[in-house]
Amino acid sequence: MYSGPRTSIYLLMRNIFLFIRRYLNFLFFLFLQIIALSMLFRYNKFHEAAFMNVAKEVTGSVYDKVSNTEYYFHLKKTNDSLVSENLRLRNLLASNFENPDTSSRVVRDTIPFDTLGHYRKFLWREARVSNNSTSTQSNYITIHRGENQGVRKDMGVVSANGVVGVVVNTSANYATIMSLLHKSSRVVGALKKTGETGTVLWNGDSPLFLTMMNIPKSAKVARGDTVITSQYATRFPPTVIGTVYSIVDEQSTNFYTLTIKPATNFFSLRNVYVIENLQADEQKKLEEATRQKIQ
Amino acid sequence: MSNFLKNIIRFVFFILLQALVLHRIPFLHKSITPYLYYLYIIWLPFSMPRGWLTFTGFIYGLTLDYFLNTPGLHAAACVLIAYVRPFLVNLLIPQEGAEQSYASPSVRSMGWAPYFTLVLILTLLHHTYLVFLEWMQIGSFLYFIMKVFASTGVSLLLVLLAEMLFVRKERFRTNKV
Repeated sequence: MYSGPRTSIYLLMRNIFLFIRRYLNFLFFLFLQIIALSMLFRYNKFHEAAFMNVAKEVTGSVYDKVSNTEYYFHLKKTNDSLVSENLRLRNLLASNFENPDTSSRVVRDTIPFDTLGHYRKFLWREARVSNNSTSTQSNYITIHRGENQGVRKDMGVVSANGVVGVVVNTSANYATIMSLLHKSSRVVGALKKTGETGTVLWNGDSPLFLTMMNIPKSAKVARGDTVITSQYATRFPPTVIGTVYSIVDEQSTNFYTLTIKPATNFFSLRNVYVIENLQADEQKKLEEATRQKIQ
Repeated sequence: MSNFLKNIIRFVFFILLQALVLHRIPFLHKSITPYLYYLYIIWLPFSMPRGWLTFTGFIYGLTLDYFLNTPGLHAAACVLIAYVRPFLVNLLIPQEGAEQSYASPSVRSMGWAPYFTLVLILTLLHHTYLVFLEWMQIGSFLYFIMKVFASTGVSLLLVLLAEMLFVRKERFRTNKV
């Protein structure tokens, strides 16, 4: 039989269509797998995904209803932590300090009364936690406060006791926070006593402990030392991260690896504060301009 | 209650159970995550075309993902087990024509041994794929294996409990209405 170029193309096309029809289900399966995997790997990099903002409004409102119910069962604990915070703040009041020596007196700093806002660097906003996870390798916290209430991406979040995490995604009324208990969370920490800085991260093992890397061996560290956020961490004012639990002496490097017990109790988060650094933009702009000038 | 409505209610119930209860159990996560939500896919009717089954798996997994902030992770695993399910059902179903006489896979329609073989294989497949994706960047092989088997054990226990608590009244369907 004569089969010219036209016939063979028809045959080829026919075979392709037959192939597609025969393996339609398998191709559809592959297609959905590729969508799912690309969402997964893109999300890990950018913390953004298709329809995430819309979905956050829906899932956020479900979580909020549950959390409203749960809230009553934790009132006592919440009250205790707020009382202890109040106690700490009251102890800082100027009226608590009196000097018998009349030649010197305690003067109250004027900056707390900066009504024009010229010197304010950090602005605090309170928020209710509507969902919280501690049981996976990538833990997120959802709060009931979003763009309409002034929360933006990259703001720091602390609780009454210590650092909680960083805002990674916002919708109109909700925001998602990457908890310190997340495998890609990185916060610059410092030893309160001596000032050495290092990176605080989570190795994904136990939700009770964090890891602090790159503390030079010249530092004098002891168990129980406090670790605070470094002043290089633009998102936070100096805030407690936790206390040193154990010190691992890495033989192969010149650095210690510290295990840190976080000050925040991630299992019973109820109220958090979102911190906005009002001067971050200026600092970022200057650093960016410097980088461009050098290149 | 129509089959469609029943499945929608199940959809919501399983998602909420997984996101609000099972994912909040603390201190287990070092090696175990208690999963039950994928039972929904096993309970879907026989009569669903393969393409729709796969698609339902995708939407279902993605819904849970939006609750747990892991877009794509559970969707990928659900698509896999939804795609594999018809092959396994064809292999395991004992009597000819049971997929016409009964609505969906269950102890009644398939018998104890084949039904739990189906559940075991799909559970293992789901967990292996999920843990594999989760631990692609970090983790040792021993940890991976341990987590897969421990989670599978806990999940099977939960499935057994669910099957005993919620007996699905599967009627033998005849041509009579």
